[in-house]
Amino acid sequence: MKKLLGLTAVALAMVLVTGVPHAAEKMKVGFIYVGPIGDHGWSYQHDQGRLAIEKELGDQVETVFVEKVSEGPDAERVIERLARQGAGLIFTTSFGFMNPTLKVAKRFPKVKFEHATGFKRAPNVATYNARFYEGRYIIGQAAAKISKSGVAGYIASFPIPEVVMGINAFILGAQTVNPGFKLKVIWVNSWFDPGKEADAAKVLIGQGVDVITQHTDSTAPLQIASEKGVHAFGQATDMIKFAPKAQVTSIVNNWAPYYVARTKAVLDGIWKSEDTWGGLSAGTVQMAPYTNVAADIAKAAKETEAKIRSGALHPFTGPLQKQDGTEFLAAGKVIDDGTLAGMNFYVKGVDGKLPQ
Amino acid sequence: MKIILEKRIEHSRVMALLSPLLAIAITVVIGGIIFASLGLDPAEALYVYFVEPVTTLWSIEELIVKAAPLVLIGAGLAICYSANVWNIGAEGQLTIGALFGSAIPVYFTTWQSPLTLVVMLVLGGFGGALFAAIPAALKNRFGANEILTSLMLVYVAQLLLDWLVRGPWRDPQGYNFPQSVPFEGWQQLPLLGEGRVHIGAIFAVMAVIVLAIMMGRSLRGFEIRVVGNSPRAGAFAGFHQKRVVWFTFMLSGALAGLAGICEVAGPSGELQPSISPGYGFTAIIVAFLGRLNPIGVLFAGFLLAISYLGGEAAQVELGISDKTAQVFQGMLLFFILACDTMILYRIKIASGRSASAKA
Repeated sequence: MKKLLGLTAVALAMVLVTGVPHAAEKMKVGFIYVGPIGDHGWSYQHDQGRLAIEKELGDQVETVFVEKVSEGPDAERVIERLARQGAGLIFTTSFGFMNPTLKVAKRFPKVKFEHATGFKRAPNVATYNARFYEGRYIIGQAAAKISKSGVAGYIASFPIPEVVMGINAFILGAQTVNPGFKLKVIWVNSWFDPGKEADAAKVLIGQGVDVITQHTDSTAPLQIASEKGVHAFGQATDMIKFAPKAQVTSIVNNWAPYYVARTKAVLDGIWKSEDTWGGLSAGTVQMAPYTNVAADIAKAAKETEAKIRSGALHPFTGPLQKQDGTEFLAAGKVIDDGTLAGMNFYVKGVDGKLPQ
Repeated sequence: MKIILEKRIEHSRVMALLSPLLAIAITVVIGGIIFASLGLDPAEALYVYFVEPVTTLWSIEELIVKAAPLVLIGAGLAICYSANVWNIGAEGQLTIGALFGSAIPVYFTTWQSPLTLVVMLVLGGFGGALFAAIPAALKNRFGANEILTSLMLVYVAQLLLDWLVRGPWRDPQGYNFPQSVPFEGWQQLPLLGEGRVHIGAIFAVMAVIVLAIMMGRSLRGFEIRVVGNSPRAGAFAGFHQKRVVWFTFMLSGALAGLAGICEVAGPSGELQPSISPGYGFTAIIVAFLGRLNPIGVLFAGFLLAISYLGGEAAQVELGISDKTAQVFQGMLLFFILACDTMILYRIKIASGRSASAKA
């Protein structure tokens, strides 16, 4: 009896010293989203990436997420909570989380952080984004082929470089088909506002635009396009079920390959802070199936897609002029990522003034 | 058998104390049932939700950070509502206060003096009071409904902030992203301790003490309560309703403005298109939860802060949606108001026979 007691005591002591024994300690991977995961857009796609990690590495990691985190002081608390609860890797998936991420990263040097779309890094903070402009070049080309009026409508969110480079890529793609192609841009000053986006779509169509595209996240513009019988392009997710007769294709954000690769890197101990900008070739940007257009337009789009993927074509290849006609890229040159990341001017062919 | 509500002759003092506790108890029970129906262990879920936020120093500090603006604004609103003056626009006054205070870091980037922060805080309070004076003036001069005007002005304030951070006040080094220049160290609130608790928490406690004394012991407090309960009686006593409208609006506006500049000069450290997750609106709940009493507001602010932090903890640890947190807040407020019925009414159970005999 005494012996048994002694053994129990030893066993207890061991448990206390080593902690509760786990079959294998799983690494926690944390996510914070700016929207609800049901937004069918930006946050939804990030959550798809999280689910891909669960599927591929579920035996080694567990994932946790917090949705609808407002950008500001609340974000810092949520990120710190994830770090305190033992997350080894944390993805902060909106631009406004940049400074909170850096602040928490300073206090938790052993935790790795991944911030989407930001430009500030630290030894344990990496940044990543996607080359959505590659997709916009393809849809620009397709739009110019579809349009009879020669004018496309563009529903834009905010005049930040990300959006400006998308507008430029779109018109450059369109100009390869029709050098005189016109583009009308409406700024709705929101990433997600179905009401404003729908109004913008109505105004554009009323002004004679017969194909519209959007850099906002709701499905409203596609639904208006369906009603009015014009073509449109989806954003962030494949929105075909909201506009089965109007969507030509959609630029899909596919974070899964990157998220799985970075989680593996942390598990293998080879994670480094870097800036990753993946496009079609990395699989971060995908094009939804081409529908509702003639076979030759779909074929041409697929060819352009293949050329960009292989590196044979870069949407921003000189000679390129700014809106006022001054050259900013010499013939044969390919734009560098720094210029792209800070792009704050329209290229030649875009109508209207860029809000400054 | 029939249950009837019978009006009490006097307010029940016992029920006034019991009602919030009863409401919390019912919320916990119903919450437990909701958790159980989601397939979670109710005891564990309730622990994560309500107890865990007060178990570590870090989470207590974060609780204070979250509660400070709610208490600061809620205390002012409690005075306002006691006077039967309905300032619904604290969110807008918070925003304007933050803008006034931020003018210093934006326009006088290099002015470094011990006075810098003081001027920012004073400007914050001044901006909030000035913005609150608009609905007060409209009410006093034209009899415009202050609920509507103060609420509508929230959108004006938010759009003004939005325009400034995307336009004239945008950080030139910020790649066109909508944010102001980051505030320098001397333009930020001093911190208390290791975490993020800043001196805004002290302002909140000071506001509660000062307002509690004012309401309990001063003529001004008496005036507010009399005018609030019965403007006619107040007029006979020589109190001016208009003066009370001015005073309560500008007081609550100043406190909201102070909370606003404390948020941007504290945890944020810069202006962004959104600077508050709706503190000005949540503070309305806080004011009522605290029974329009400044001391009560202090407790109510912490309770609401716990429900936010608990909601986040529940998402991380239990994997439930953020909607659950909102359901909890909604239930709590609903039960508080429902239980308040007991202060004015008593439940009487009439026997079935007598009821049917009457019928």
